[in-house]
Amino acid sequence: MSVQKTGVPMSEKQISSQVGKFTSRGVDVYYGDKQALFGIDIDIMENKVTSLIGPSGCGKSTFLRCLNRMNDVIDICRFEGEILLDGQDIYASEIDVVELRARVGMVFQKPNPFPKSIYENIVYGPRIHGMIDGRSDADEIVETSLKRAGLWNEVKDRLNEPGTGLSGGQQQRLCIARAIAVNPEVILMDEPCSALDPIATAIIEELIDELKENFTIVIVTHSMQQAARVSQNTAFFHLGKIIEFGETDQIFTNPRNQQTQDYITGRYG
Amino acid sequence: MSYLTLFAFLICTIIIGYFIGNRRAVGMRPAVKSKLPENKLHSLPGFHGTYVALWCGIPSLLLLFAWLFLEPSILSAMLGNALGDAGIGLSQDQLELLKGSIRRAAQNSQNPIDDTLLPVVESYKNIVNSTGIGGMVVIGCGAIIGLYFSQKKIAQRFAARHRVEKIFSIIMLLSSLVAVLTTFGVVVSLIFETIRFFGMVSFTEFLFGLHWSPQIALRDDQVASSGSFGAVPIFAGTLLITAIAMVIAVPIGLFSAIYMSEYASPRFRSWAKPLLEILAGIPTVVYGFFAALSVAPMLRNWGVDFGLEISSESALAAGVVMGVMIIPFVSSLSDDVINAVPQSLRDGSYALGATRGETIKLVLLPAALPGIVSSVLLATSRAIGETMIVVMAAGLAANLTANPFQAVTTVTVQILTLLVGDQEFDSPKTLAAFALGFVLFIITLCLNILALKIVNKYREKYD
Repeated sequence: MSVQKTGVPMSEKQISSQVGKFTSRGVDVYYGDKQALFGIDIDIMENKVTSLIGPSGCGKSTFLRCLNRMNDVIDICRFEGEILLDGQDIYASEIDVVELRARVGMVFQKPNPFPKSIYENIVYGPRIHGMIDGRSDADEIVETSLKRAGLWNEVKDRLNEPGTGLSGGQQQRLCIARAIAVNPEVILMDEPCSALDPIATAIIEELIDELKENFTIVIVTHSMQQAARVSQNTAFFHLGKIIEFGETDQIFTNPRNQQTQDYITGRYG
Repeated sequence: MSYLTLFAFLICTIIIGYFIGNRRAVGMRPAVKSKLPENKLHSLPGFHGTYVALWCGIPSLLLLFAWLFLEPSILSAMLGNALGDAGIGLSQDQLELLKGSIRRAAQNSQNPIDDTLLPVVESYKNIVNSTGIGGMVVIGCGAIIGLYFSQKKIAQRFAARHRVEKIFSIIMLLSSLVAVLTTFGVVVSLIFETIRFFGMVSFTEFLFGLHWSPQIALRDDQVASSGSFGAVPIFAGTLLITAIAMVIAVPIGLFSAIYMSEYASPRFRSWAKPLLEILAGIPTVVYGFFAALSVAPMLRNWGVDFGLEISSESALAAGVVMGVMIIPFVSSLSDDVINAVPQSLRDGSYALGATRGETIKLVLLPAALPGIVSSVLLATSRAIGETMIVVMAAGLAANLTANPFQAVTTVTVQILTLLVGDQEFDSPKTLAAFALGFVLFIITLCLNILALKIVNKYREKYD
């Protein structure tokens, strides 16, 4: 199986020499009695795209949701271990989860715009974080967010129409714009293209590539090609453990682990 | 033999019919298994069985109901024949009286009867027995004939499935027609009586008059007013009590719905929600005497403490208790619609750093708004239609006041008092009940249409 690979400059390959944006050490997660993650150690590099791959139920989405504490919503979910964001433990008691989520945004598998206008969808986050003073502020945030998400030209004449009326791909870009509007440092993406057609997927992938200039991106994907195309680092999860973590280039061309090799060449399961 | 045995017989025949049809179809299953249509049964054996059972049951049950409906008049006609000469020269009423006493004597020999009529009683007993048995035999035969002919039709390519589904769709159509026709009938009868009422009392007096006193002199020498039918005070009373009830029920119901769906632990929810719904199951009479005997005196005592004059029958007492009664209507339905908002919208909001409160206020409530509005309107209709609590707690005095501490009365209570006891059916007093009922019907109808409009307008907001 041949894997396409975007050209990556040599300087970006020295993972170990860089400081992680996120540092995860010994993360265990339990759903009730069932353990979903086993001792996850991973460093997520700033202004890079890190993809998490692995078969369904391997815990990659669970881990992604640990990064902005979305698992807090689930009553039976229990977290152990340590995740540092810029050296600060995000599970420490003094951390306000609301502020954490303003720094770490998230885009979901299925586009989930609010049943409000496109405009209201964008200003929702900035408004609750008190980032808006007056109408011109809001207009500016809406315009820049939509431009950065590559949606501005398509929707600028119908900002007051409901976001749910857009096509699937547009809705997903609206959700990305909504996340960007809060000006986060990290954007988590949970299979952002799995509900989209190939054209919409290509647009989102291009967008991810542009966004990494300003944001750190962690993306969960089922598509090996997508991981290879958009990410610089890849982690392969299996049964709640990280089997292999390294540069995407190396994982896809020369995996060290046999399981990784089997999975990326499609011999798994 | 009684109707119960006949009914049991019919049920048995239907069940037997099902199995006969089923077995016959199974027996016709081709030995060669293949997908070709000519090599398999058109319908599953169960459909053949149901087909036979339906032909067994429906005609015979229709016959049974027709018989139950017609038997009294048939018997009465035959009794008239049996009376022969004894009935001649009697007026219609006397004849009916005579027939009645004969019937009673036939049922129980201890009932007194003129000795000359004893032969008639005997022959009437025979008539009753023979027609009863005859009718039952006819019905039983109907079932068996239906069974015989329908099971003969079973064949490998017989389209039993289509027929069974057709019959069921007709049954469902008839069931829904019952509801529609009932509504239609009620409305028509209301309209006619209302028109009669407005023939006696002017339309403007009824709708705009400020004085309600429907007592009318039954005899010319009676000391009573000629009655006045200004419905404004009682509609105002209805409005006042309903408003008080909604002020109590909407916030409490809504907050409890939000708590139940967003904050409560599953354990708390699992016992608290059914408990809350029990509130809706308490008979309104119980609420009524609770309002009249506990709440109203308590309010009056408080009034004394604070120097307020609260009458012992007050709009406030009735409204408060009614509000408590309709809390479950608001909370249970709102809870359901809030729960129905997709989890993905909550996730989206939390992921943007919204708190639970912000998510509820900005995302969940707007998304659930149509359902919440319709639950509130349903509760309002319920409050407007409530009678028992008001009768006991708010009194009968048709005061035109906005003071919740005074006694008021409502439309439903007035309808009740107008029709309790012996009434002339052509006096405006009685007909006023129809006019009130009609206006009330129009009001609740408008509320329902409004609710439908709101729900339709906001439907498909999220998906």
